[in-house]
Amino acid sequence: MLLAAVQPTTTWYLVLGALLFTIGAVGLMVRRNPLVMFMCVELMLNAVNLTFVTFAKALDDIGGQTIVFFVLVVAAAEVVVGLGIIVALMRRRPGATADDISVLKG
Amino acid sequence: MELFVFVVAAAIILCGAVGVIISRNPVHSALSLVATLFGVAVLFVEQDAHFLAAVQVIVYAGAIVVLFLFVIMLLGVDQSEDLETDPLAGQRPLAVAAAAGLLGLGLATLILTHRDFDDVAIGAQSAVGQVSGAGSDNVRKLGEALFTNYLFAFEITSVLLVIAVVAAVVLARRAAEAPMFDHDAQTAEADR
Repeated sequence: MLLAAVQPTTTWYLVLGALLFTIGAVGLMVRRNPLVMFMCVELMLNAVNLTFVTFAKALDDIGGQTIVFFVLVVAAAEVVVGLGIIVALMRRRPGATADDISVLKG
Repeated sequence: MELFVFVVAAAIILCGAVGVIISRNPVHSALSLVATLFGVAVLFVEQDAHFLAAVQVIVYAGAIVVLFLFVIMLLGVDQSEDLETDPLAGQRPLAVAAAAGLLGLGLATLILTHRDFDDVAIGAQSAVGQVSGAGSDNVRKLGEALFTNYLFAFEITSVLLVIAVVAAVVLARRAAEAPMFDHDAQTAEADR
């Protein structure tokens, strides 16, 4: 019954968000498939969303949840455009990885 | 009970996230991503963000991941990827080191600026509105904040969506003109 008395605090959620963000960052840096890299970006966005909602609850401010709403919309638009670019790219060079499409790098 | 929900959701989130980055097959990555998104939705419910939890499941797990799967199947890139070799020597240790630094930075910030949020009631000073409080209807509160304080940003968002739709159409059309589907050339050759 000692365990039942423990409640997850704000800090727990923030640490979870940091872990999720880190995993997404590792995936973005390690993977080469553009689609999987895109999924890792989604992981990082979700970590930030979780942090925003946690602060909205902790500070009792609905503004945090509003920002998450906008992040969701921007993420949807980003996925549409990004996948369009990937499809156009893959049709031209099938099986391309992030290394093959480094022509535009600085 | 709250602890139980948090621990289970956190386990689902972290396992799903690890699954995304270690799966050889992009389809498995996409399915792991669904698990992570669902876990995040559960934690949204846990934190009184009911509307966002519903939107998370509908938009992210429903639309975005399905779009990912469509593209994976369309491009036929669902074959396994060789993850054993490290094409760029030393990339992975460096990536892990950078990520460890990132995590350390985040946790250090958390510790250095730590205060007990559970005891602070800053919502009383909030100009936008509170999460809790009387008439605690999450959808209504979020809607009121969106259509009063954030109305301009909301309208800009609709412009962004229109731009995204136009961009998707333009990109898809250019892809259709790629030489891979050159039917005209083939029929011209057949005529000759």
